[in-house]
Amino acid sequence: MKRLLILCAIGLGLALGAAAAADTPTTIKRDGVVLTLPQEKRAEVIGDKLRCLVCQNETVENSQADLAKQFRGIIRRHVVLGDTNKQIIDFMVHRYGIFVLLKPPLIPLTWLLWFSPGIALVLGLLVLLIARRRKQTGPPPLSPDERDRLKELLS
Amino acid sequence: MATPLSRRLMLGIPLATVAVGGIGFYALLERMGKGTYNPQAFNNPLVGRKVPDFTLPGVDGHEGFDQAAMIVQKRPLLVNFFASWCVPCAGEAPYLDAIAKSGLDIWGIAYQDKPAALALYLAKYGNPYHRLASDIDGRVAINWGVYGVPESFLVAPGGMVRWHTAGPLFPEVIEDQLKPALQRLT
Repeated sequence: MKRLLILCAIGLGLALGAAAAADTPTTIKRDGVVLTLPQEKRAEVIGDKLRCLVCQNETVENSQADLAKQFRGIIRRHVVLGDTNKQIIDFMVHRYGIFVLLKPPLIPLTWLLWFSPGIALVLGLLVLLIARRRKQTGPPPLSPDERDRLKELLS
Repeated sequence: MATPLSRRLMLGIPLATVAVGGIGFYALLERMGKGTYNPQAFNNPLVGRKVPDFTLPGVDGHEGFDQAAMIVQKRPLLVNFFASWCVPCAGEAPYLDAIAKSGLDIWGIAYQDKPAALALYLAKYGNPYHRLASDIDGRVAINWGVYGVPESFLVAPGGMVRWHTAGPLFPEVIEDQLKPALQRLT
């Protein structure tokens, strides 16, 4: 009887284990595309770098806009096809320009944007330097007349 | 110990900065009010390039068209992405009608629209379209870099895109941008 109970327990355990394994999915369906979990992770990384062009300060991943949903679908279809992250991002930039990137690339057009902190720092240091130099020179020396007057006042 | 000159600069420089900034903001708001500046707009990279590869079915009794049909055109044409559910599209409808009557062919692409709703829209606001196709799933629009309707593209003979606007074709946009762009083609 005892042995039977143990067998039953083992059987139940195995059945539950199998059910649990079946519940852990290896693929997921998002925005109309079925993809594996690593593929979905990669798609999310790409979508987080792209701007939703309807709600312009949201990422493609976060936005509820229809266009963002379509972008997510496109990204996922390309991921399933085996395109690299760069290929997929280039696909978007080709159509919408660099504005679609949340982090602007370093190109001549964005030099002023990227280097403005450096420029501001240099300007600030320059102002500081000039102010210091002025202080060091101090007031001009007194003329003989002024020196006499000073003596008079101090005595 | 500040000399009178540096004291004047200390007051003058911030004041001048604020004044210049104020004038700049005023100019921006003025242009936004007139519709000549849209802070959400960005340059569509398609301008200066050939129309992308696409094929779309016709709708509302019209024959569909594709990239090749645009490339063989001998006259400039205006491609207008619109939808029956789009409020600004109804706003630009009378001006589209005027453009069509002035002799510039408009090829319409209905963006994510149902044929029945489209037929009602065209009956109500008029049909200025020389040709009319339907982009049901909106994939072709994405290949054109469209992010919302209405958007319009001026396509030169040979299929080169020469001008683009995201937003309704109001008279200011037509006079200040579309007409000069059209003149540059001829």
